[in-house]
Amino acid sequence: MSCCAPGIEAANELADKGQAKIDNESLIAASIDLNAGRRQLELAVPDVHCAACMLSIERELGKLEPVELGRVNLSTKRVKVIWQTRSDFEPTELVNAVNRAGYRSLLLEAEDETAKDKTFAQLVRALAVAGFAAMNIMLFSISIWAGADASTRDLFHWISALIAIPAVAFAGQHFFRSAFAAIKVGRLNMDVPISLAVILALGLSIFETANSGEYAYFDASVTLLFFLLIGRTLDHLMRERARSAVRNLASLAPRGAIQYLADGSRYFIKLNQIEVGMQLDVAAGDRIPVDGIVAHGNGEIDLSLVTGESAPEPIEKGSLLLAGATNLSGSITMIVSKPAHESFLARMVEMMEAAEGARAGYKRIADRAAEIYAPAVHLLALATFLGWGLYNGDWHQALVTAIAVLIITCPCALALAVPIAHVVAAGRLFERGVMMRDGAALERLAEIDHVAFDKTGTLTEGKPRFVGMIDGQGAALEKAVQLSRLSNHPFSKALADAHKDVAPIRFEQVTEVAGQGVEANSGGDVWRLGRAIFCAVKDAGEDGLSRVYLSKNGQHVGSFEFEDQLRPEVPALMQRLKLIIKGISLLSGDRKAPVQLVAKQLGLHDVYWGLTPEEKLAQLTALEAAQHRVLMVGDGINDAPSLKAAYVSMAPSSAADVGRNAADFVLGRNKLDQIPFALLLARRAANVVRQNFGLAIAYNMVAIPLAIMGFATPLVAAIAMSSSSVLVTLNALRLRLDKKERNVAAELSPEQEVMPAQ
Amino acid sequence: MTALLIIIPVVLLVGLMALGAFMWSLRAGQYEDMDGAAQRILDDSADEHPPT
Repeated sequence: MSCCAPGIEAANELADKGQAKIDNESLIAASIDLNAGRRQLELAVPDVHCAACMLSIERELGKLEPVELGRVNLSTKRVKVIWQTRSDFEPTELVNAVNRAGYRSLLLEAEDETAKDKTFAQLVRALAVAGFAAMNIMLFSISIWAGADASTRDLFHWISALIAIPAVAFAGQHFFRSAFAAIKVGRLNMDVPISLAVILALGLSIFETANSGEYAYFDASVTLLFFLLIGRTLDHLMRERARSAVRNLASLAPRGAIQYLADGSRYFIKLNQIEVGMQLDVAAGDRIPVDGIVAHGNGEIDLSLVTGESAPEPIEKGSLLLAGATNLSGSITMIVSKPAHESFLARMVEMMEAAEGARAGYKRIADRAAEIYAPAVHLLALATFLGWGLYNGDWHQALVTAIAVLIITCPCALALAVPIAHVVAAGRLFERGVMMRDGAALERLAEIDHVAFDKTGTLTEGKPRFVGMIDGQGAALEKAVQLSRLSNHPFSKALADAHKDVAPIRFEQVTEVAGQGVEANSGGDVWRLGRAIFCAVKDAGEDGLSRVYLSKNGQHVGSFEFEDQLRPEVPALMQRLKLIIKGISLLSGDRKAPVQLVAKQLGLHDVYWGLTPEEKLAQLTALEAAQHRVLMVGDGINDAPSLKAAYVSMAPSSAADVGRNAADFVLGRNKLDQIPFALLLARRAANVVRQNFGLAIAYNMVAIPLAIMGFATPLVAAIAMSSSSVLVTLNALRLRLDKKERNVAAELSPEQEVMPAQ
Repeated sequence: MTALLIIIPVVLLVGLMALGAFMWSLRAGQYEDMDGAAQRILDDSADEHPPT
């Protein structure tokens, strides 16, 4: 059972990290106005997994008077609420109700629901109609093949025609539209030969039926549509599922800011209402909404998502703030220097739009095949028509044979060959928490020969870990741990987490100086824990580690080292990846020392540091110019343009929204160790697609001569087409088997278990 | 032949009814939440009517 869909667990991590502050304004902004003051809101509730969960949430929501409907969807892990707006009812009550039931709720961005499911509903309806028609027509066809006499045959043909004509007209729309659109711009896709074969089969059959002919292909045209619609529907379902899972990772931060007016009052305003010169309040833990300058207060900001810099940056009055950074300590007031659409974030989005380099020229393998296949079969049919006509002068028979060629060469198996393989592969990836945006990404992933990683937040966790004390006595460490419990700064938390066993003591006159450190009295001594200047020590310099100092009455008594910790799975990932991929690069915006430290730990040689987003992009372009197919793995806002420009890209689910949206694959649960699995699976899928093409072509090699010679009766067509479709589907299902993969895994690292089962 | 004249319309009618029933269930949103529906049967007080 899918009680824990992968995307949702990733959302848990996000929720644990950020302090979800959902307020009335952002709830209203995320909801849809229905009519007569009714509003509809969807919230992600990642923890629901059982009947009792659903009921308790629905019961709590039902207790609120204005709520008309509160319903949990267990498949998507969302709750839909419709309520009547009233002046005395605050929308946050809805969130509180879900909390009272014992569940966390995340805000989803408002989305137009009507547009969302339209294609899917159309596909399912078409599938149902095609299925109904195929089954009933096949019923008549079998009676005809079994040897019905001429009058019964004609009757059955007429009934089949009555079912087939509306069924094809309804169920075939999807293909006809796509084929028409392609022809209009002078291109050929797989839908062109499909549409042509279906329409010609139907037309020929009607003509034959009207003339009491022996052969009618009603069953062929309808079963063809039925098979193809199954493929299309599954394909759509797969993409929709991944998209919905990614959407469940929605941002927790409200898309707006708190405006601070001269009279001291504060208002929530939307992002697009922010104007240059406004004063905004940014509380500790909040994201900086737009670029600006600090007007008041000081502290530290975390730039790991913005520049890749792993160490917190101190800020004071006049410091420049970039949108997307997180304010770590102390509330600050900032003056907006650029409107939202000119901020750092917006500039990255612009670069992303301009950056669609390598993949823009990519043409899907099915379309490439269609461009060869479609003209070939059409020429063949024309040759058959002319050949028979000139040979015996019977133009009616020549036409019938030519159309039979078109029907039998209709790329049913060919059109199923690709989507079925992708659907199976996407299902496997989804089970392991990798969400794939579309099939084209999988095709490109199979071609990868180079991987570029971002460092901060991708290979590392983006938060410090205590390494050890470099000088000082044991008592100093103890005191530092006790002091660190007084502060919420990332370094303090890391120190406190590393030594939970130290006994607590009482401190007096505790003061935390934002951006500097913490000071407290104990037993008449003044202790300080913090930056070098704060503790009157000279900073020991740059070697990739960040330091915090401890002083007693102004005397330096100890120094403590921290590093940005590698994610636990990364060393093993690198070992395995090096066996699959030759080129691995590290492109980081962080300083030289920490980047080199990580590179040394992982044994990477192609390493770049201090890169701006433009330079990252340039590195990628250079790699691609050297005929490399690059997979970019990154998480930050500064990575977004590179993610968009790379041949394929992946982002951990903890990535910044813009990065996540730019990536082809989102690694749920932040599991980077699924990258080799995804790579190998993509290659296997590419193999299966090739085999499927091979099967389809082999089938045509047998069927086409038969058709040209005029032996393609409806029975032969039905058997040949169905069996080839079933064959390619079964071949694609091999991707579900693990046998081959285990062999590969064993070759890669015999001693350790690779890719543990879930 | 007379048997066919009765059976064929009946077969088609039954088929059409099944198709109609499927279309109705689709429109009524019965496939919106398959996992949830499987769980809701465990609750006696559950509302069997899906929301419109």
